[in-house]
Amino acid sequence: MAQTARSTQAAQGVGAARASGATGARGGRRRRPVSPGRVLAWVAMVVILLVTLFPFYWILRTALSSNAALYVDPTSPGPVGFGWGAFARVFGMQSVEEAIAEGGSGASIDFWLYLRNSVVVATVVTVCQVFFSAMAAYAFSRLRWRGRDAVFSLFLLSLMVPTIFTLLPNFLLVRQLGLIDTLLGIMLPGLFMTPFAIFFLRQFLANIPTEVEEAALIDGASKVRVFFNLALPMTVGPIATISILTYIGSWNDYFWPLMVSYTDESRVLTVALGNFNAQTPQTGPDWAGLMAATLVAALPMLVLFMAFARRVVSSIGFSGIK
Amino acid sequence: MTTTAPPTGARRRRRDDTRLALAFIAPATLGLLVFYFWPLLRGVWLSFTSWDVLTPARFVGVENYVEMIGDPVFWNAVRVTALYVVINIGVQTVVALLIAVLMQRLSRSILLRSLILTPYLVSNVVAALVFLWILDFQLGIGNNALEWLGLDRIGFFTSETWVIPTIALVNVWRHMGYTALLIFAGLLTIPPTMYEAARVDGASEVRSFFSITMPLLRPILGLVLIVSVIGSFQVFDTVAVTTNGGPVDASRVLQLYIYEKAFAQFDFGYASALSVALLLMLMVVTFLQYRITRAGQTDLS
Repeated sequence: MAQTARSTQAAQGVGAARASGATGARGGRRRRPVSPGRVLAWVAMVVILLVTLFPFYWILRTALSSNAALYVDPTSPGPVGFGWGAFARVFGMQSVEEAIAEGGSGASIDFWLYLRNSVVVATVVTVCQVFFSAMAAYAFSRLRWRGRDAVFSLFLLSLMVPTIFTLLPNFLLVRQLGLIDTLLGIMLPGLFMTPFAIFFLRQFLANIPTEVEEAALIDGASKVRVFFNLALPMTVGPIATISILTYIGSWNDYFWPLMVSYTDESRVLTVALGNFNAQTPQTGPDWAGLMAATLVAALPMLVLFMAFARRVVSSIGFSGIK
Repeated sequence: MTTTAPPTGARRRRRDDTRLALAFIAPATLGLLVFYFWPLLRGVWLSFTSWDVLTPARFVGVENYVEMIGDPVFWNAVRVTALYVVINIGVQTVVALLIAVLMQRLSRSILLRSLILTPYLVSNVVAALVFLWILDFQLGIGNNALEWLGLDRIGFFTSETWVIPTIALVNVWRHMGYTALLIFAGLLTIPPTMYEAARVDGASEVRSFFSITMPLLRPILGLVLIVSVIGSFQVFDTVAVTTNGGPVDASRVLQLYIYEKAFAQFDFGYASALSVALLLMLMVVTFLQYRITRAGQTDLS
């Protein structure tokens, strides 16, 4: 990770020099004359950012509006008929009458429950998957054993299996195990590893200097101790990165939980959202409620990302496809 | 795939770690066998059976495949999926390349890159619902904006002509930032000296883009394309949430058809045959792409 960060910085320095050269400026980068091409490029960038970010603002604006006002005035840039009713509805804090009066379907929804289910699934999957993948990655990079490369190429082969192909048979397996409509059923296929996580972590574990490891071994540490007390701490950066990516991926998954979950018992946020959308009230969709629910589903990942943005952003690409 | 493991060299350790290694790879191997290889075999086997889950599976040979070849809904699904992939990948690649080059030229700020990545952090379901609202025929801000511009309102999710382009563009919105960052990382691998040399020779920005950036980016662009095409073929979430295949069959993509066959009609044999067909299509497309883009080779040297 340190290496990645350094090379990014180096590239940044080089890039700045190149950019200033491109506009024909000498000296400091702040005194660069503004060329028409550059202005045009920034305009394009701003348009792209607007397209990227506008939907998020529109979720917030709609969630804070009331349905009645939305039907009268759908275009005001700010919230119309401001209120927290949509959130109250989403968290099951309105009575059925209240909900229907405000344009909800009146069906029982409780996003606290779905939120809890999503947190449980994403957390358990991330912890188990990353830990088991790290163990395997350690065996594939730092242990010496016969057949290592052959077994590793089997794992690489599984990178090529598209998700769709495993979904149906996995559903049948989970059904045979009696785990339909349970959180464990949703988590099970992701608990053990993903080939990507193993591949990703193996690269970093392989880069730990041999001398460091040998010093520990000479001091009498076992290889198991080396893994826990040396290898894991030294790759804490990549482990954090892959954990965040796994967490976000697991949180956002829809197809698999849709197959496995049938009741509130195991309903995660994505499935609950789809369900909420399907329960359109007679009067028309409960847009305020839907957008409030959407915000509840999206916000935790946005906050998580904000906390680790630098790490995640600079790791994409360097590891994403190699 | 280069092996970065430390070279063993002549100095071999006395002890090998076979037992420890087996313990360390045990959980991952269990996952590999039970949730990757076993379903692969089982899926292929099921495609040769007739099975409604309740009664035991019955071997029917290639019956499912024969039925599939004569199934107009299947061929429609293939057509719809292909149209989706072409629009989705075409627009996404161009936009992502534009964003990546803009970032290369303008700024490398982490903030900018984070903002660009934001849509990728929300689920397909969230993206689908937001655009269902923004593009709603009566109340959506998108359609109201069209009216201000003096254009007709469009039933983005309700007209047969618009539904696939709309869904394709919704997914472009979610994935373009991520794709741009992948391409951007590729741009960082191009030695800056090449651009300086070109400038000394008097080449314009556009000229540099086509004679330096594009040829040197080709291997990475090829890989990005392969990964995104595989993902694109597996479109499901957005369709399931917004249109459920409608209007009529206009957005009934392959994955949705597979899902319906299995979970609405309990025809797991036929659904498995459809998955095999999708898998074969993916393999052919990936192979062709690999050959055409020569993704594995580099021109950097």
